[in-house]
Amino acid sequence: MTPDEAPELKPLDADILCVGFGPATGGFLTTLTRGLGEASIDSRAMPGLPPQVLCYERADDIAFGVSGVVTRARAIRASFPDLNPDEIPMAARVTDEKLVYLLDPHGASRRPALMQFADKLIEACGGLLRAEHQGWALPYCPGFLHKRDGFIFSLGQFNQWVGQQVMMTGLAQIWPSTPVAGPLVENGKVAGVVLAADGSEVRAEFTVVGDGPIGPVGRRIDETFGMPPGHQRDEWAVGMKMVVDLPDSCDLPEGTVFHTIGYPEPEIFGFFYVHPGRVASVGIFVPSWLESPVRTSYRFLQHFVQHPYLWRYLKGGRMRSWGAKSLLESGRRGEPFLTGNGYARIGEGSGSTNVLTGSGVDEAWLTGVQLAEAVLDIYREGLPFTKENLDARYTAKRRASWLDHESRIAEKARNGFQRGVLQGFIGMGLAGLTNGAFSIPRPSEDKHVRTAEDFFVARLSRSEIETARQNAAREGKPLHDALMDLCGWPPIEYDGKILVSHQDALLMGGKVQAPPDFPDHVVFRQAAVCSHCASHLCAEICSAEAIHVSTTDPQGVPAFDREKCIHCGACLWNCPDSNIEFCAAPGGLHSAEN
Amino acid sequence: MPYQIIVCGGLAPDPLQTLEPVSSPAGPALKNEMMLPAVFDPWAGHALYEAAHLAKQHPGSSIKVVSLAPKAKLQQVMMTIAQKLPFELVPLDGPGGGFTDAASIAAVLADAIAAIPGLDKSQVLLFGGWESATRGAGTVMQMVGEKLGITEQFLAVDELTIDADGALVIKERVEGGQHQVSRCTAPPAVLAWATGNLSEPANHPQTGMANMRAMMPALQKAKPASLTSALTFADVSLPAVTRQTRIVKDVPAAEIAREIAEWIKQ
Repeated sequence: MTPDEAPELKPLDADILCVGFGPATGGFLTTLTRGLGEASIDSRAMPGLPPQVLCYERADDIAFGVSGVVTRARAIRASFPDLNPDEIPMAARVTDEKLVYLLDPHGASRRPALMQFADKLIEACGGLLRAEHQGWALPYCPGFLHKRDGFIFSLGQFNQWVGQQVMMTGLAQIWPSTPVAGPLVENGKVAGVVLAADGSEVRAEFTVVGDGPIGPVGRRIDETFGMPPGHQRDEWAVGMKMVVDLPDSCDLPEGTVFHTIGYPEPEIFGFFYVHPGRVASVGIFVPSWLESPVRTSYRFLQHFVQHPYLWRYLKGGRMRSWGAKSLLESGRRGEPFLTGNGYARIGEGSGSTNVLTGSGVDEAWLTGVQLAEAVLDIYREGLPFTKENLDARYTAKRRASWLDHESRIAEKARNGFQRGVLQGFIGMGLAGLTNGAFSIPRPSEDKHVRTAEDFFVARLSRSEIETARQNAAREGKPLHDALMDLCGWPPIEYDGKILVSHQDALLMGGKVQAPPDFPDHVVFRQAAVCSHCASHLCAEICSAEAIHVSTTDPQGVPAFDREKCIHCGACLWNCPDSNIEFCAAPGGLHSAEN
Repeated sequence: MPYQIIVCGGLAPDPLQTLEPVSSPAGPALKNEMMLPAVFDPWAGHALYEAAHLAKQHPGSSIKVVSLAPKAKLQQVMMTIAQKLPFELVPLDGPGGGFTDAASIAAVLADAIAAIPGLDKSQVLLFGGWESATRGAGTVMQMVGEKLGITEQFLAVDELTIDADGALVIKERVEGGQHQVSRCTAPPAVLAWATGNLSEPANHPQTGMANMRAMMPALQKAKPASLTSALTFADVSLPAVTRQTRIVKDVPAAEIAREIAEWIKQ
């Protein structure tokens, strides 16, 4: 191809196409390229060559994955038996792990009466219980929550490490900054993908769908082929975190892990873990069962890091990275059809996350490994990539593994959160301690986002809420700050280091970028639906303040600023009317340390 | 006439990342350098986009990118750059940071260029960045040109046009915000680009895949470059970055501007 020739517009052929490069695809490509390197397998698309394996990643680099992770790494260690964390920046072995109940030092959270009683008890018996700094490290941590003998990773750094090894084999190409618009479906079969950049088709005998729960390929396949009976994706969370350079005063050793419950709201889980080099990851999960119509992640994160139990370690530190992502919390209930003719699903988008143990990366990795083993078998046996052949080799392998066994235990573990936070904790304990034999039944109707008046009943008057609403609309600001202020949450005193404005977090931590030449990837489908929306939850939850409600037309369609979007996808599942389309686009976070 | 355009371009760590100088047994380095995302050197990038523009206007022209970097990083960066325009890659496996001296880099690049099969010096335009994001010496392109015997050299180029006689009309930056316009009757010539006038081309995945069919084997076969530098560094540090955030309300824009101006003066 010479420079004066126009680029080819004919469909290209490959053998295997992968969509999305995360831990699942990392496991898939690691295992597949090893197998291809050992065996003599010919390409079916280009005979005489090894199978042509392409992977398309939406983000601008394979290291821009969003998540830190503390994991038992059973599957990852099986792939790398001699795994040495020293080879991977920010990786460490777990050395100390605590489950910490955090009290509310401001009295501003919505704690159930029993929790308030527990708070008073802990405060009264603090010395006896060894509670300190408004937190109580529970003396007992159930085994299913433990990550003992596991690892702390930065997923960005881990992806980079894995991706480099895969590419150096020369047996797979990983294309960053190449969003995929959707699958190419022909006669009930996935025949490849359509690229978002130019609408070109790339055809392959087999497509590996690993683009996560908000990825357009997985979602289109669900729309086309449906979900298994009784399965649905209705529980989510926003995970938001920052990576912090710890101050000199912090003496926590690397490998320290805190899991937290109780603060800033009882429904919000938190984490804090220490990487090598005096760096820590700290963050929260804001779940869909927090029924607030003004739920926000950033403001809650700012309060979380300032909780006295954590602030004693963090104060004086400096944010070096920040990010957020959506997590599919439906677990096995969110599992789609794992295979079809010409395709298979792996990773978080395949429902592999264990919602009881709070573990997803290792499970995702394992799904990739299992699929790669199945693909190698299919090649060796000279079979086509039909649903039948994939089910017999991939689905069967998955069903027989610890992943499926543990996901069945976890399947009903979070039912209780649909009834209330205490029932949620009890339900988790019940399911975890009985290996899933007992659980709290799910109510006939799940929790839904309530109106502000209902959610803040007995805390704020209707007139207070209405005044705050009018002020927010006039100033074009989200409502959550005003209502949290009214509820007694203290203002955030910026220190310019950890406590910075939301926009500074985008610039200093996320380093958010948006390449030109792509249309807005967040689309509001029907203006009339937005105009009747009472909450504009899309703007409240937006992890990057990229969605704004107009000051001149508060009931109009919100404005979207793609220059700020970090592609967390929270708007997609928070819209109460499913009126948002989240399309494929490059850009977003540019920090490699999340 | 068709041109054989050779673009010299290395890699630079993604400037958006946290860059920390550290000492290694081999001298100064960046912390976790091999795990830092990298980008094609932006100075060389301008040269590459100008090369693509020129090649498109002159059918039969070819572009070869000669790049010295760790080949694992080079392969990763090429997965993005290869999507932007058609070119061939001449990869050289070696250090990618700025802690190597310009003369040894120039020698390795010149040797690699001289070894390109079918090189016709009468058609060669040697492009590169005037400086680089890693080293900033601003001397490599001159030395590569000298070693190849190309003495028509233009630095800080902002514009190249080809006139009706086929002569190169080159606009170079000179002091005082001025441009100097030169006329060079024919190749070979060295053009070390400043920023040029072209924006980064959009990605075209099919171009990338077509490029990569030749690049992957070339990368697999890339040989280690033998750098012969005895350069030592007494000290390395990052440029000082000062950031101060202050939240103000109800302060007129003029007052904010005055305060910022005062801060800059300090």
